Amino acid sequence: MLGVGRYSIMATSGFTSFSYYYFYFYSDALLTICLYFVLMNLYAHVFSEMASASWCGGARCCFSRAPLGSLTAWSRCPAIGWLRTSLSNFPESVFVGVVLTYLLWGAMTKLRENRTHLMQLVLSTGVYFSMFAGSYALDNMYPNTVVWRYIFHLMAMWLPVSWTYTFWKVPEDARMATARVLVPNR
Amino acid sequence: MIAILIFGISVLTLVQFFVSYCHSLIAESRGYEFSEQGREISGVTGSTVRGDQFRRLLQLIALCPEPAATRVRFRAVSLYFGLLGLVRALFGWIEPTVGRWIESERGGCAYVAAVMLDRRIAYNRVLVAREMSSQL
Repeated sequence: MLGVGRYSIMATSGFTSFSYYYFYFYSDALLTICLYFVLMNLYAHVFSEMASASWCGGARCCFSRAPLGSLTAWSRCPAIGWLRTSLSNFPESVFVGVVLTYLLWGAMTKLRENRTHLMQLVLSTGVYFSMFAGSYALDNMYPNTVVWRYIFHLMAMWLPVSWTYTFWKVPEDARMATARVLVPNR
Repeated sequence: MIAILIFGISVLTLVQFFVSYCHSLIAESRGYEFSEQGREISGVTGSTVRGDQFRRLLQLIALCPEPAATRVRFRAVSLYFGLLGLVRALFGWIEPTVGRWIESERGGCAYVAAVMLDRRIAYNRVLVAREMSSQL
């Protein structure tokens, strides 16, 4: 849906227009916030089976405050100011996603989580966040490089494609030893 | 400075997440039961396939029509295979252990390709059977 929206704005206003930039970063910010909520749910799934109700409650509380707080702060900013702020802070906000996913994966390996579904969802989310954090950081270092505009669109396909594969092809009750993911071929 | 730090950490986590994701795809294939014909064509011995079979399996896979959903896994594993080739070219000469590890990883990728080939052969058999039954 975002892709369709981006394309329609690009077709009407142009690739280098202010409207396109605004829509692109605004939609990406919302997407990142949604991904924070997804991460919150993944945390809840991981810890729920481990009977760690208190951990789960803590994680929920922590995660629900972070995205809602940022959403409120962003919505209060005037449009142009917000755009400037978000452009300069975007790598950091995506990087928070990298850190949170990494912590979740660390917890999963420590707790010997063996649900294939969860593993693949968390890992593909980690790949997505890492790709974007790295690319936004590079974009910040070399802002005039045009190639990133195209790479961002290609990278955006990763998450829907990998999640579709997981939900469609991997049975929900499939289990896999964590050790096989960490040290395969043994 | 912050951007460089973020970039460095992101690259490291990206490699780790991507390698783990590919491992999960390879491990998922390990439970697959090969058909006799698939085993013969793919060169599967026991539960291993040699890494150097990957290219040959790719060519065989290209000959078979496929259900579209299997492409995702295959693209990811092909990319991983390519990255392993790059790592071998860059660091394989330093330490023989690295070479052995890379070869076992490439074997895992080839195993996924063998599983995919076997599935496609089975899929094509079903298609041929349907075609023949509709002609009768």
